[in-house]
Amino acid sequence: MRVLREDGEDRQVRDDGGGGADVVIVGSGVVGAACAEALTRRGACVLVLDRGPLAAGTTACGEGDLLVSNKAPGPGLTLAQASLSRWPRLLAALREELGPGRAECEYEVKGGLAVATGEPEGAALCDFAAAQRAAGVDARELAPGEAAAYEPHLTPGVRAAVHYPQDAQLQPVLATTSLLAAVRARGGRIRTGVDVAGVETGRDGRAVGVRTSEGRIPCGAVVNACGPWAGEFAAAAGAPLPVLPRRGTVLVTAPLPHGTVRHKVYDAGYADTARSADPGLQVSAVVEATQAGTVLIGSSRQRCGFDGTLRAGVLRALARGAAQLFPVLGGVPVMRAYGGFRPYTPDHLPVVGEDPRRPGLWHATGHEGAGIGLAAATGELLAELWAGEPPHLDPEPFRVQRFAAARFGRENGWH
Amino acid sequence: MALTVYVDGERHRALPGQTVAALLLATGRRSWRTTRLGGRPRGIFCGIGVCYDCLVVVNGLPDVRACRRELCDGDRVETQRGARLPTEELPPEPRVPRTDGDGTDQGARPGEPVRDADGVA
Amino acid sequence: MSAPSHIAAPLTAPPLVVVVGAGPAGARAALSAARCGARVALVDSGERIGGQYHRQPAVAGKAVAGGPDASAAHPLELAVATQPRIAHLPRTTVWALEPLPEPGPAPGRHLVHVQQGPADDRGRPVRTLAADALVLCTGAFDRALPFPGWELPGVVTAGAAQALARGQRTAVGGRVVVSGTGPFLLPVALALPEVGARVLGVYEAGNPARWLRSPAAALRDGGPGRVAELGSYAAGLARHRVPYRTRHAVVAAHGRDRVEAVTVARLDAGWHPVAGSEQRIGPVDAVCVGYGFTPQLELPLAAGCAVRGGHVAVDARQATTVPGVYAAGELTGVAGAPAAAAEGELAGLAAVADLADLADLADLAERPWAAEAAAHLAPPSPARLAAAASRVRSGRRFARALARAHPVPGGWRGWLREDTLVCRCEEVSYGELRDAVAARGADGMRALKLTCRAGLGACQGRVCGRNTAELAAALLGAPVADPHAMDRRPLAHPVRLGDLAEPPPID
Repeated sequence: MRVLREDGEDRQVRDDGGGGADVVIVGSGVVGAACAEALTRRGACVLVLDRGPLAAGTTACGEGDLLVSNKAPGPGLTLAQASLSRWPRLLAALREELGPGRAECEYEVKGGLAVATGEPEGAALCDFAAAQRAAGVDARELAPGEAAAYEPHLTPGVRAAVHYPQDAQLQPVLATTSLLAAVRARGGRIRTGVDVAGVETGRDGRAVGVRTSEGRIPCGAVVNACGPWAGEFAAAAGAPLPVLPRRGTVLVTAPLPHGTVRHKVYDAGYADTARSADPGLQVSAVVEATQAGTVLIGSSRQRCGFDGTLRAGVLRALARGAAQLFPVLGGVPVMRAYGGFRPYTPDHLPVVGEDPRRPGLWHATGHEGAGIGLAAATGELLAELWAGEPPHLDPEPFRVQRFAAARFGRENGWH
Repeated sequence: MALTVYVDGERHRALPGQTVAALLLATGRRSWRTTRLGGRPRGIFCGIGVCYDCLVVVNGLPDVRACRRELCDGDRVETQRGARLPTEELPPEPRVPRTDGDGTDQGARPGEPVRDADGVA
Repeated sequence: MSAPSHIAAPLTAPPLVVVVGAGPAGARAALSAARCGARVALVDSGERIGGQYHRQPAVAGKAVAGGPDASAAHPLELAVATQPRIAHLPRTTVWALEPLPEPGPAPGRHLVHVQQGPADDRGRPVRTLAADALVLCTGAFDRALPFPGWELPGVVTAGAAQALARGQRTAVGGRVVVSGTGPFLLPVALALPEVGARVLGVYEAGNPARWLRSPAAALRDGGPGRVAELGSYAAGLARHRVPYRTRHAVVAAHGRDRVEAVTVARLDAGWHPVAGSEQRIGPVDAVCVGYGFTPQLELPLAAGCAVRGGHVAVDARQATTVPGVYAAGELTGVAGAPAAAAEGELAGLAAVADLADLADLADLAERPWAAEAAAHLAPPSPARLAAAASRVRSGRRFARALARAHPVPGGWRGWLREDTLVCRCEEVSYGELRDAVAARGADGMRALKLTCRAGLGACQGRVCGRNTAELAAALLGAPVADPHAMDRRPLAHPVRLGDLAEPPPID
């Protein structure tokens, strides 16, 4: 397989008998899978490596949100809008290619509902929605009392509500396995249980392979799609990134009758906690059902490294928030609680693109809690940049160079 | 002292310490729940609170393990069809008036429906 | 020894040993720790002391064979009731364990979050116990292998039949077939006739090793008590004219809305059904199955304890790999009630001995309770610990011998059809599981359950976890990377959301 960039540079390094690849993607989560899908669609020969089993990290802990509702106008919203419109097209193409069964991933445009129970929060919510409307988001303020028609079990104490019809949901692991099924169908390879220890570089400093627990694998490019572990991987590759884990915990109820919770419903404070840089525990109520009938309850954010210890206080805060929004849930059993780590960056924007410190090393990480939603556009953008195509959105805000100006950049050899 | 309980509106005698599952088996039932996907009948399986297959509605609250729950006087037990939400109020009063909880034996053994003078079970 | 009066008051003064599970292991652990001066909270989801082994009748009436009657409490129950330093918390479930961060007051100190009240009710009061040491005795439950029709009402585990017969004096059916492997099927088959059921046959899938039939070997591994026990089972089966066949198993259950008949097949050594040996037996209205036991691992895993060979790894004095956390009974291996009791005894002693050592070594400024603890504890002598440890060793030999004599070889996978359910809760068929592995590429338990939903239902993989891991491994041709992923249940027990929202008092 031979891929020529438009600048004429030949990216192929693999000889036919070897185990190499045009691109080695480290991480089999949804972002790695989306990159692999977009690259193989362009004819690249890819190898996806994961030290664990398939899609078992952050992707397996996600609620599967494809949201525009919680994004303030700016590059994050632009990426979310691009990804939101890209997902259904991507899934349709996968259905075409793989058949309906193997591309099924519970995609549903269920809509979001942001609600406020206090007056000042209500006013802030409406201001936020107005700014989003100006940026092209479909954000509809509901009249007092109208929220009940959207969510019959919602607390009557809601003072303001904004409906976001565009918000969607899919099942993250199903989506990831669908993407990887297409990768396999196109000749891409996926190997799990292979730990990538570092990146090998040529004399010019360019990445020419990866060092793994199963030996050296030559390649033309390496994609760091390690999610919250991307900071560690980048450091090992000699190009540190300010990506840190930000813990989240989710409660799962017993299956409830269909229609008990219809939208992704969240407290107006959610967008603020998501954007906060506070390392301490932050909780805001986020409630949504899955197609299986269970209701997922979030959302907590805490920077505590990779400490996965259950904290009852976090569960209690989540439960309290959900019971306030939906009093009927008070009598419903919570049957599971699980935690995961989001890949956090200081400016809450992902890192997508080639690293100028280590040519051939690419990043696709730092999506914090939005990786499922942002994966479709992220994969596409990375593949466009890799192939030298004109990108479908401005890549500048996501480039790793942006960290050069900050203290992190000064401490990590940008100057 | 015998307890008076209701199973899908039907009045029964139960013994102190008797579990919901034991009573339901004694009434001849083998299943008292249907699955939410296939609508298939389920009853007791592990018997020690592990499998969550014997779920039943007790006093309006669904998802109660029949094998673990001991009956109390006046308990209303209902079949659980698929997934259910708790009801804020108890189900409507049974048609049969409750007898005094004085342990008076009306000839029914635990598990058998109690028959009142008007024959309504 | 006589304890100062203030330490006898439950849950008010340190140190506190929390024992989870009040079966033979837990009850003995509570007694031995309390007799050495510790305060003990003995937590159990049941009403009475005894657990599954010494199931106490909940319903008054005539005793069932092998079980005590309701009026005569088991000696363990009396001992616990009269031990002033034990606070027995019945009808209490532990829904989470939370290790206190280091540097804490003591290594292994945990917050034990509990809820007490009628099972699964709403508004059960929540409470948090601050444990200085933790003894986990949560036991095990019957392993059920899937087969076509196993989801039909009337197909139950052997433990269910036993619990209903002994605790509730209720027969699970009138015409019953028992199938599985291991000697624990026998008391089940004997309890059933006592409550009016007719046992049509006991089908032992294995070919019990020589030591089960040979008194000499049984004597060596199990001791005279077990030889007598096995003998009494054999006599009981003969008395009730219950046919007992080895190398046979129920491989399918038939019926529309309840079990009406079963297919029994002869099995080869790998448990593959022998072609042409199938035999339909009916009418039946109940089938009891038990293929060994699965330990309740969620609390040990929440505490961070290592698991080896499917059981909690413990050292020669029942200490797990986490300081201050001990495990006893079926969590560590299955050898019957006496062995579990011996482990419990040792675990309780070791917990106090280690707390006393800690108090001696502690920097008293950091651990202010340590001096007080040292004053109240009467740790066991090394000789006493050694004696308790030696009683445990024979039980462990027996557990190993039992496990060797009753393996579960993989031929059962051949009993499954495309549409046989592997996950009862989410109604996931074997075909769907296979697609998740083969078509979707799921190679770990997390991706597997999120791809086909096996293990995501109400039981949280308790019933299907092991079976699913073995099926996936067979499909992958290699062990799954994280076989115990389904056993990790940070929420150890469902809690109603409104109760979870309540801030608990801390004892």
